Amino acid sequence: MRIALLGFGSVGRGIARVILAKDLDITVTGIADSKSGIIDAAGIDLAAALARKENGGPCGNAGVTPADVVAKADYDVLVEVTPTNVDDGEPALGHIRAALRRRKHVVTSNKGPIALAYPELRALAEENGVFLKYEATVCGAIPLIHAMQEGLAGNTISRLYGVFNGTCNYILTRMAAEGLTYEQALAEARELGYAEADPTYDVEGIDAAIKLVILANTILDMRTGLDSVERTGISLLTPDALQLAEDQDCTIRLIGEIVPEAGVLRVSPRIIAKTHPLVVEGTLNAVTVETDLAGDLTFIGKGAGSTETASAVIGDLLYIQSRHVQGS
Amino acid sequence: MKLEMKDQPGQLVAALKPISAVGGNIIAVIHQREATTPAEALDVQIVLELPEGRLENLLELLREQGVSVVRIGEERLLYECTLIMIGHLMHTDISDTVDRIDRTGSAEVTELSLVMPAINSPSSARITIRSTTRPEMKKAIRLLREVAQQKELLIVEPLEDA
Repeated sequence: MRIALLGFGSVGRGIARVILAKDLDITVTGIADSKSGIIDAAGIDLAAALARKENGGPCGNAGVTPADVVAKADYDVLVEVTPTNVDDGEPALGHIRAALRRRKHVVTSNKGPIALAYPELRALAEENGVFLKYEATVCGAIPLIHAMQEGLAGNTISRLYGVFNGTCNYILTRMAAEGLTYEQALAEARELGYAEADPTYDVEGIDAAIKLVILANTILDMRTGLDSVERTGISLLTPDALQLAEDQDCTIRLIGEIVPEAGVLRVSPRIIAKTHPLVVEGTLNAVTVETDLAGDLTFIGKGAGSTETASAVIGDLLYIQSRHVQGS
Repeated sequence: MKLEMKDQPGQLVAALKPISAVGGNIIAVIHQREATTPAEALDVQIVLELPEGRLENLLELLREQGVSVVRIGEERLLYECTLIMIGHLMHTDISDTVDRIDRTGSAEVTELSLVMPAINSPSSARITIRSTTRPEMKKAIRLLREVAQQKELLIVEPLEDA
C-alpha cells in the first residue's frame, strides 16, 4: 500500500518511525510539511527524511507544497496529520476534499475538518468509493471510534461521557495531589510540554467539545456543531474546591458528556467519586459508553503522544489495507 | 407511617416483610405495647425509606397482610445532591443563594462548608441540597445554575445527575 503523508511534526514522524520499524507493507510516496515536500513514486527514504527533519532541516524540497503532494503523488491513502484549525479546518479540509475527489482513501488525525465538515466529506468519500477514517481525532490511542462503529454495532448508545483532555486531567490531578493552584499546575504542565503557550484551547474545554462534536456527528448521528456544546473550563477552579471534594472521597474532573436522546452536549468540571473508573491520573483519557446490549464499557488509554496517535493512524491504515487496497 | 395490626404472633413480621419486598429500608420501628387502641389491635410506627413511586405498591401489600395503615407521615427529603460553588460567595450574599433554594419548598440546603482564603480571592463552598423527588432536585439545580449565572459563580455539579 502506498501512502502520502501531510504533516511531518511529532505525529507524522511517529508514523514514519512505526513504518520503518515494522513490516507493514506500507510505502510512502509523498511527504509534505508546511515548508517543503518530496514526491517519489518508488518510495521515499524515510530514515533520511527523519534525519533531515531532526537536524532542523526541511523534510523535502522547498518548491514542493502539500497541494502538490495531494494532486501529483502516486498513493492509495492520504494520511493527513497537520495541526488542527477549528475555525475553518483549512488548509487540511481542501487537501482532504482533493484527495477524496482523486478517489484516494483518507486517514486523518485532524479534528478541524471532521468536526466542521463530516457529512460533506463522508458523502464525498462514498461518491468516490473510498474510505475516510479519523480514529486519531478522538482520544489518541484509544480505539473508541472503531469500538463504537464495529464492536458495538447494533447497540443503542444512551450516554457517553468521560475525560477527553489529558492536559486538563494532568492539571486537576496535580491540584488535588499537591494542593497546587490552577496557575501553578498549569505552569508545571507547560514545563513538561503537556500544555501549549496559549492553553485556552485545552483549559476552556474547547478541545473536549470538538471531540464531542466529532462523536456526536459521526457515530450518534446528531448533526450538531461546536456552538451547541454547553462548555465550562477549569481555569476558575481553586485548590479549596478540590479539597472540599476530597473531604467526601471525591475529586473534580473535566467531563465531556453526550446524552443523544436529550440532545445534551456538555463539557464541565464535575464532582466524581475517587473510586469511579473515570478518575484516571495524569494525562490519560477515559471514556464510558452506556449501551443497551453491551451494558457500560469504559475505555482508558493515552490520549496524546506521537507513538500513541500513530497507533490510531496505523490502525486506520491497516483497516483500509486489509479491505480495499491490493498490492503495495 | 403508623400501622394498626392485630395483636397476634407474627403480625409484626407480616407488616415489615412487604417493606423489603418493595426495596424499602426500615430506619426505625416504634412498637407500643400499651393498649391505647381497642383490645385486639396494636399500634406500630415505622420510619422508612422507599424508592420513588413504590408507596402505592407497599400499601397494597400491607392491606393483603391484613395490616391497616392508620396514617402516613410527611415524606422526608430523600434525594441528596452535593455541589461545589466557586466565586465571590460572600459578596454576592450566600444567605440569599441558600434562601432561594429553601424558598422552593420542595428542596432545601442541609449543609454548607465554606473556605475563604483571602478577602479578594474567590471562595469555595460545598453545598448539600435535599429534595423530596428527583424532578424537584433537578429543579433546584436549575435554580442554582440561574443564581450562579447572575452572581458569576462557577458551579461544579456531580457526575451522576446529568
